[in-house]
Amino acid sequence: MRKYLLDLTVSSNEKLSGNYILMKLTSEEKLPEMLPGQFAEVRVDGSPSTFLRRPISIHYVDRNTNELWFLIQLVGDGTRKLADLKKGDLLNVMLPLGNSFSMPTTEQKELLLVGGGVGTAPMLMLGSVLKNLGFEPTFLLGARSKKDLLQLDKFEAYGNVFVTTEDATYGEKGFVTNHSILKQKKFDKIYTCGPTPMMKAVAAYASKNGIECEVSLENTMACGIGACLCCVTDTKEGHKCVCSDGPVFNIKDLKWQI
Amino acid sequence: MADLTTNIGKLVMKNPVMTASGTFGYGEEFSDFIDISKIGGIIVKGTTIKHREGNPYPRMAETPSGMLNAVGLQNKGVDYFIEHIYPRIKDTDTNILVNVSGSTVADYVATAEKIAALDHIPAIELNISCPNVKEGGMAFGTSCASAESVVSAVRKAYGKTLIVKLSPNVTNIAEIALAVEAAGADSVSLINTIMGMAINAEKRRPVLSTVTGGLSGACVKPIALRMVWQVAKAVKIPVVGLGGIMNATDAVEFLLAGASAIEIGTANFIDPTITIKVAEGINDYLERHGFKSVKDIIGQLETA
Repeated sequence: MRKYLLDLTVSSNEKLSGNYILMKLTSEEKLPEMLPGQFAEVRVDGSPSTFLRRPISIHYVDRNTNELWFLIQLVGDGTRKLADLKKGDLLNVMLPLGNSFSMPTTEQKELLLVGGGVGTAPMLMLGSVLKNLGFEPTFLLGARSKKDLLQLDKFEAYGNVFVTTEDATYGEKGFVTNHSILKQKKFDKIYTCGPTPMMKAVAAYASKNGIECEVSLENTMACGIGACLCCVTDTKEGHKCVCSDGPVFNIKDLKWQI
Repeated sequence: MADLTTNIGKLVMKNPVMTASGTFGYGEEFSDFIDISKIGGIIVKGTTIKHREGNPYPRMAETPSGMLNAVGLQNKGVDYFIEHIYPRIKDTDTNILVNVSGSTVADYVATAEKIAALDHIPAIELNISCPNVKEGGMAFGTSCASAESVVSAVRKAYGKTLIVKLSPNVTNIAEIALAVEAAGADSVSLINTIMGMAINAEKRRPVLSTVTGGLSGACVKPIALRMVWQVAKAVKIPVVGLGGIMNATDAVEFLLAGASAIEIGTANFIDPTITIKVAEGINDYLERHGFKSVKDIIGQLETA
């Protein structure tokens, strides 16, 4: 898939609850095709603390309105500077990068999309693509607290949404893997993105129940295109780059102890 | 348009811009962004006699205006390169160079011999300066005697242009450069990364799996520039300058300090089109100052 280096225009940059922003970007040119699970490498401002690009997963793309959304958690200088961008500012992005979630096979009807924290970001685009293909995906979203639950109304447009919070401020109390939906419904394929302990717990559930499972990994990256070999993860075939061989991996290919 | 051609030994380059090994993959990774044949030379990933998995994750830490890496020469070995990668890249209309690394003199020689048989690889860059491997690597580049022994051995086995990449982690880099020149190198390139480390205070742990790593990026430029200047004054063979070059002005500074060509490394991660911009920017500089050829500014730093 062809990659592009583009200056996109910020059309809005909204502070959400908790420590998150929803940045919407547009362009006079038609945005390139992107797949769910892919990401962008974003140039912040080249200051000493933001020397390298920042990998940001693609939250949602609407090629009709020509809009790209990033859901960003503010964790360091880079993301905080991104939060300062105003409508009309330009943001230099390399995209689309990485592989993507694979589409279900004809036997896989019931799809579970599990997101934790800011890891819910790619699940919106994945849900929208699956919905367009005629699936009715189930979203299971986990957060520390109600304020960390993001974009719930957007997810509801593409499927049923179930929620867990660690402090019981919304949905069921506990972790995503404690949710009752997992006992009520049998799923054929699970997609997940979020903190590593959560993804490992989801992977363990999938593995135990014989369900195919794809995880989207995060790693500190430099190049984003498989050139520097900094962001590797251990797979059964040796070190693979999260940026170019991933970020999406099937759990059967990883060397996770689950 | 000024004449940007420059020579490194028998190697003729259309412009003085090359890509630093390990920062540009095999070139193909960047071909969506630029016409890679417009680069003067592409130095591909460090290649060893056998497959190397490299170091465990984490391998990278961002630091002020730079980064540390501890990749550890991950590559599939020279035979895989020859069989699978070389056929894909050999017809690129520019110089493709292979960075050759090893743990023993015999490894270096064996790898260089295999690369010598490839018609479309006109030169190698001998890496005696990788700080991220336990055996060999930088150990060869930090003493005159060991540098001379490995370069002499490779020189006997390799007849094409031999560039030797020097480590900055030494007391006197000019002495090493002189030893390498005496051993028959056609050129020296410098600097490889500077040993550094990063600590996560909250976790009271090193950031990198290997504790230490190699520092690169804009922050190393003043050190690299100083070393290039010292080495260029000491040796007669052409010098390739690298270390923190982020733009055309940086590149011109290295040429003025005595480099006959330059390499761009970490900047490729920030702007995948930077090589082309730097080549164009060097031309703009030459035109603006009325120079006909890039050779007119090499080593022309005025210190009096």
